[in-house]
Amino acid sequence: MSSESALRPQPAPKGAAVVVVGGGVTGLSAAWWLAQAGVDVLVLEKGIVGWEASGRNGGGATHAVSPLFREEQRLWPMMDELLGYPTEYQPYRIRVALNESQLAQHRRMTQLAVSQGFETELLDPKALRELVPLVGDTVAGGIFCRYGGHANPQRTVQAYAWALQDRGGRIVQHAAVHDITLRNGRAVSVETSQGSFGCEALVLAAGPQTALLAGRLGVEVPIAPARAEMIVTEPVPVMRHGGVDGGGLYGRQTLRGNLAYGGGPHEWLEAQDLQPRRAATSPVMRSLARRMRDLFPKAAHVRVIRSWAGIVENTPDGRPILDRLKNPENVVIATMSSVGFGLSPASGRAIAQLAVDGRCNFADLRQLDLARFAGLAADWRERRGWVPWSPSGADNLMVES
Amino acid sequence: MPGASAAAQGRGIDPTSIAGKRFATRPHVPLVVVGAGPAGLAAALEAARLGIATLLVDENPVGAGLMGMDVPWHFGGRMDASVQNSGRLIERVAESRPDLAAAYELGIDVQLGVAAWGAFANGPTSASYARPIIGLADERRSWLQTFDCLIVAAGARDVPVAFPGWDKPGVMGARAFHALVSEYRAFSGRRLVVLGGGVVGIQAALAARRASLEVAGVIEVDAAPRAPAALLEQLRAEGVQLHLGQSVRALRGKAEVEGVVLADGAELSCDTVVVAVDVAPTIELLDVLGCACRYRAELGGYVPVVDEDGRTTRPEVFAAGDCAGVTDAALADPQRAAGAGRRAALAAAAVLGMLAPEQAASRIATLPPASRAAPADREGPRQRWLAAALAAGGDELVVCQCEDVRVRDLVGIRPPRYLKYAEAAFAGRNLHALAVDGPINQDQIKRLTRAGMGQCQGRRCRDQVQSLLAAHSNVSPGDIPLASYRAPVRPLPLGVLADRDEGPEMRDNWSAWFGIAAQWQPHWEKPSDDPAQILAPHYHLAEK
Ligand SMILES: Cc1cc2nc3c(=O)[nH]c(=O)nc-3n(C[C@H](O)[C@H](O)[C@H](O)COP(=O)(O)OP(=O)(O)OC[C@H]3O[C@@H](n4cnc5c(N)ncnc54)[C@H](O)[C@@H]3O)c2cc1C
Repeated sequence: MSSESALRPQPAPKGAAVVVVGGGVTGLSAAWWLAQAGVDVLVLEKGIVGWEASGRNGGGATHAVSPLFREEQRLWPMMDELLGYPTEYQPYRIRVALNESQLAQHRRMTQLAVSQGFETELLDPKALRELVPLVGDTVAGGIFCRYGGHANPQRTVQAYAWALQDRGGRIVQHAAVHDITLRNGRAVSVETSQGSFGCEALVLAAGPQTALLAGRLGVEVPIAPARAEMIVTEPVPVMRHGGVDGGGLYGRQTLRGNLAYGGGPHEWLEAQDLQPRRAATSPVMRSLARRMRDLFPKAAHVRVIRSWAGIVENTPDGRPILDRLKNPENVVIATMSSVGFGLSPASGRAIAQLAVDGRCNFADLRQLDLARFAGLAADWRERRGWVPWSPSGADNLMVES
Repeated sequence: MPGASAAAQGRGIDPTSIAGKRFATRPHVPLVVVGAGPAGLAAALEAARLGIATLLVDENPVGAGLMGMDVPWHFGGRMDASVQNSGRLIERVAESRPDLAAAYELGIDVQLGVAAWGAFANGPTSASYARPIIGLADERRSWLQTFDCLIVAAGARDVPVAFPGWDKPGVMGARAFHALVSEYRAFSGRRLVVLGGGVVGIQAALAARRASLEVAGVIEVDAAPRAPAALLEQLRAEGVQLHLGQSVRALRGKAEVEGVVLADGAELSCDTVVVAVDVAPTIELLDVLGCACRYRAELGGYVPVVDEDGRTTRPEVFAAGDCAGVTDAALADPQRAAGAGRRAALAAAAVLGMLAPEQAASRIATLPPASRAAPADREGPRQRWLAAALAAGGDELVVCQCEDVRVRDLVGIRPPRYLKYAEAAFAGRNLHALAVDGPINQDQIKRLTRAGMGQCQGRRCRDQVQSLLAAHSNVSPGDIPLASYRAPVRPLPLGVLADRDEGPEMRDNWSAWFGIAAQWQPHWEKPSDDPAQILAPHYHLAEK
């Protein structure tokens, strides 16, 4: 935190009423909602919009556990029209069960949405095979969810970015915020690699770097970053519904026909600084391929053409922090705790309201406040093993049979 | 159990994370050499003579399935039926590389028909490898191999050059042509036109003549020949005509190539067009490993940052031969690549502790020095070919075959045609406008337009997309950051990539997403951090 000296020049005029730090889906959606409401808004992004987790995820938009679920479900079918650019959004999900116990698990999870008034339909193996011809002959069945969906991550990011520019909002890329200036208990400007930007209100939606920035305000945001990866195949004939997952995997078939899936072990990383780094993929991709082959035995010959990884942050309970701080009181903290793509239409709206009105009028965000972590032990990451791990000797290798 | 030590220190372990997972690997080898061309073979021989146990892999002969996808080179469907017989092809590849016999004799573990599809080592976003690992595969299965040192001698790849009709079968690349004609003896064409009057093009024409193929002509966009006089003399002696200041205006033929129409209207009939304007370094594995790469126009594009002995920015990884940079001198004389291979092997021997650093240095000093001749400009001719293609094909020219991306789609950053979108919204959207918001990045454009996203893994488009992005944002090609390579750098069937030896640590702790119990509890329930909950079965298949 740099406190202002009387001799320093006033904050540069190039700021905005609301400055959003972070051009991922969370920050861009918030900025788009603000621009829609006629607020003068500016997004600062250290790289390219959507360059981190927001452009590298599974595209899933089905989060029945979240207080933002209802709004997520209400908004997605309208997003292409609201934004004016295609997001590749497709409704519905199909949960494939390879055995009876998986079917029971899917039932339990989908019950969450059913209890909130959404519909599901049990699919027997024959009905499932008609919808998802790639599944095998021994599949136990599935559940068709008449809710949820998926979209294309980078396309969605770009749609937010362009829509926000179309409504008068601004985006400055390649501007890394490294400090925040306070005056009279308010954040008045952010300091970046491209100079200072003044603000009346500030939104920190910087993904894994949110902790670092909040730290400049003396506010501790407990998050741990981790790397997660996915693989994608060449295109196969397009199925009626692409949002098919199960067998320990999440993912989707793109409208082009590619099968993109993830799951399995993540890798915890050190707290993230502002250095750009490309997240690497790992031999875990072979375990992903194995599970894709088991989920889609009829696609065993289909070729994997690429993999990618992204870095996401998690809070200790895995739930987002969407909170307007008490001090400085013009700052909103927004981290989605590793599940933020699908919720972005709703999270952005909530953040915009927090920034302008101080409260969200369509969802109960009380469980998502920062105060719930007040008593957290300083070594919470170590206690949970949410820290980088290195094998000693050669103990993570075994000679294959 | 790896977890035990952490627990003993009073630290938790996250069972759904990478901690404690094991990867099944083949028995360790100190040195892996990728590529059994002149550089890789020389490196392996040098290492073996120093007593280093060496694994030498080469993806030749490439499987018929991959050839059909134009991977790793642009085969253009010009394989004959003999490519179905992989045993016979292996024999032919071995015959075409006499030094392989010496490698077998020295006890080098030579594996032909084995492709390196990935490489994994500790770096800025991964710390979980006990040793660096390379991913290998043949047609039937994939496996992992640990190593201490890696010498990448992956050679050169085709550089695509579009022209109207270049997506028809019968249009192929120079590297693929070399494989089919000189190594596999499995080329199905009879009469060809060669594009490119530089060393690459003339070598292709001469190879064709040696194989008793007809060469209808060599086409060069520049008004003056780009190849050394001696090569031009050989071409003349073969009676092959060099058409200077020409390019392809159109292709003749419906289903396949039947001929070309030149810019001046002249027509040449042929069944194959060999695009031999240039070749470029094959840096896939090096980029995947995180070795720094820089654009060097005079070395054929992005190349690894290396010193004279081929050391990359990773201490255990070396690059030798064409994959470290393509020059006319090296293309004309394989001994240069061999020298680079030997230098890399000696430097690697020092890393492996098989030679003292001074010993390695003094042996390297006895080798002929790396060439210091100023290399020729490789970017200019490529740009002029592209300009000619744009003049002939205009906005409708296909730049990415897999995803059917035209010039206008790329320049206009248009979504693929199967998406519905409002054309009006895109009216002001194009590369120029996007460049106002910051430098153009090829990976970003790939995700928006799909150019380079297809099953050939961008092989038939990456260079010309890079050039077009540069031209439309008023920068030079080297200002466009390298479009990232990702494993698997060869398209592998799910059933081949699949880990058949997965350990119980992986299986029993598999979770679709982080195994954080409260994350999958409904928001109206108080978050639980009960560790027993975390591995409760339904979290393994957690919905996202
Ligand atoms: C492999 C994978 C699969 C996933 N699958 C799904 C899924 O199916 N469904 C789902 O809902 N979610 C999924 N997620 C999670 C989802 O991608 C993220 O939760 C979401 O993208 C977070 O968006 P964000 O905008 O909050 O953060 P980010 O995308 O991390 O964006 C933060 C931005 O802030 C910028 N920034 C950081 N620091 C600074 C600074 N100091 N100055 C300026 N800019 C800064 C960064 O460059 C970045 O662009 C997945 C994630 C991964 C990695």
